[in-house]
Amino acid sequence: MTQYDELTEFLLRLGDSALIQAQRLCEWTGRAPAIEEEMGMMNVGLDLVGQARNWYEYAAERINDGTDADVLAFRRDERAFRNLLLVEQPNGDFAVTMTKQFFYDAWQFHLLTILKDAKDERISAIATKSLKEVIYHLRRSSQWVERLGDGTDESHQRMEKAIDTVWRFTVELVEKNAAEVALAESGDIPSLAELPEQWLATVNEVFAKATLTVPDAPSTFYLSARTGMHTEHLGILLAEMQFLQRAYPDASW
Amino acid sequence: MYAQQVETGVKAVKSLAEMGPEERAFQEKIDAEIKIEAKNWMPDNYRKTLIRQISQHAHSEIVGMLPEGNWVTRAPTLKRKLQLMAKIQDEAGHGLYLYSAMETLGADRDEEIEKLHSGRAKYSSIFNYPTLNWADMGAVGWLVDGAAIVNQVVLQRTSYGPYSRAMIRICKEESFHQRQGYEILLHMMRHGTQAQKDMVQDAINRLWWPSLMMFGPSDAESPNSAQSMAWKIKRHTNDELRQRFIDQTVPQLEILGCTAPDPDLKWNEERGHYDFGEIQWEEFYEVLKGNGPCNRERLETRRNAIQDGAWVREAAVAHANKKQKQQAAA
Ligand SMILES: [Fe+2]
Ligand SMILES: [Fe+2]
Ligand SMILES: [Fe+2]
Repeated sequence: MTQYDELTEFLLRLGDSALIQAQRLCEWTGRAPAIEEEMGMMNVGLDLVGQARNWYEYAAERINDGTDADVLAFRRDERAFRNLLLVEQPNGDFAVTMTKQFFYDAWQFHLLTILKDAKDERISAIATKSLKEVIYHLRRSSQWVERLGDGTDESHQRMEKAIDTVWRFTVELVEKNAAEVALAESGDIPSLAELPEQWLATVNEVFAKATLTVPDAPSTFYLSARTGMHTEHLGILLAEMQFLQRAYPDASW
Repeated sequence: MYAQQVETGVKAVKSLAEMGPEERAFQEKIDAEIKIEAKNWMPDNYRKTLIRQISQHAHSEIVGMLPEGNWVTRAPTLKRKLQLMAKIQDEAGHGLYLYSAMETLGADRDEEIEKLHSGRAKYSSIFNYPTLNWADMGAVGWLVDGAAIVNQVVLQRTSYGPYSRAMIRICKEESFHQRQGYEILLHMMRHGTQAQKDMVQDAINRLWWPSLMMFGPSDAESPNSAQSMAWKIKRHTNDELRQRFIDQTVPQLEILGCTAPDPDLKWNEERGHYDFGEIQWEEFYEVLKGNGPCNRERLETRRNAIQDGAWVREAAVAHANKKQKQQAAA
């Protein structure tokens, strides 16, 4: 299994997370609770695939062995994917989908806000462009969390269940990581030290409006996207997403 | 087409002399190419015909997302994925826009969708065919959106103002879809492997005839055409539009280096049009009756989407009401 330099791994973490989140949104096509939401989910998904492509292109340049964004997206194995475990989780009902989206959006929002000041111009440029989109994503998912949490008894219960289902995977959004500390020390990226608190503050704020309870700090072991130790869901997702590139390796699309 | 067989509720088209003063004024406006607007008087059957036609069209946009949803999770490159996602988003937008145009006539979106789900309203027969390989995403854009445009370009001049304006906006996006679909196929034919070229031909073989059926029954079998034409809801007959589509599509087919599954397809110098073989109308009517290859799945998916989403929509309403009360109290 290929392990790239730490900055490249970090770029893949951003790109893979965006792509896998978008792939899950694509699964909703024709199945959303309202036509407005068909459009909303596709809109967010389009932004995320665009963001993934930008991160991949930069990663591919750094890898510099003839790889490109499509190869990174469609030819890597499960163990090489660096996406957050959160985004590979199945869609479940609209409550699960929206809870995942909200946790991810809040993480993206604070992370990109930090990264837009990166000294690395590429990172800064991609983060600045992505952030404009993510501000809208976070507004949308926050509003839905509020509506569903403080809507009907049923929607409230479904939200509590959804949070219970995916909360454990948020450990990756708040853990400190030695590689990222090292990247910050070497000046490749700004320090991410504040990110966990900022993320949690957004969750607290929105959950309060939504009359939802924030669970205790999550803990997991063994699983980790950083080492490609995914849940079983990612392999199936990739088998579908990568089918054409894998089945027809010589093809041009 | 997207509305293939719209009942007008009228047995014989009236002459101006047979009409009362209101209806005569209405018909004279139509004859003078003045658009009818929502607030204007209109015959009940005109209103009902339009509601049926526009709702069929809107349903088609929404159901039409499903065959593409079948491949959007398997698009082969990031570029193709983005294109297909954008197209699906456009189609949802067309659906919304058309439902709004329909609501100007006093119809209700939820009620009309309920008619679709209970089998009382139709959508285009084309979306009851399965998408079986990636080239279908190209062929659907090229042939299906292409056939839709032929019809909708004329509908830009339809007599009902809100429908006409919706068509003007939608047509721009549909022609973009068509070019994009054709480009998918052209790329596979010019730069692809033999397996990819076979996919393209296979997609065309399967979608060719169903695309021709999109224009609806032949003129001889279209009892409602005369009234729809008099009202200028329709402006050309089904057969005229079908011929126009074939004439513009065959040269594109030749550029692809593919063939149509029709041994009788050939240029007729005398007519200045392509001749083509007999359409299997039995198949068309079977699909309309609900016996097409995907009718059940398409409707079931749509029904489930609305049923499974009921709690979400209820929560949104409940939340909005709470907010309103809080604001009123403050
Ligand atoms: Fe459309
Ligand atoms: Fe259309
Ligand atoms: Fe279209």
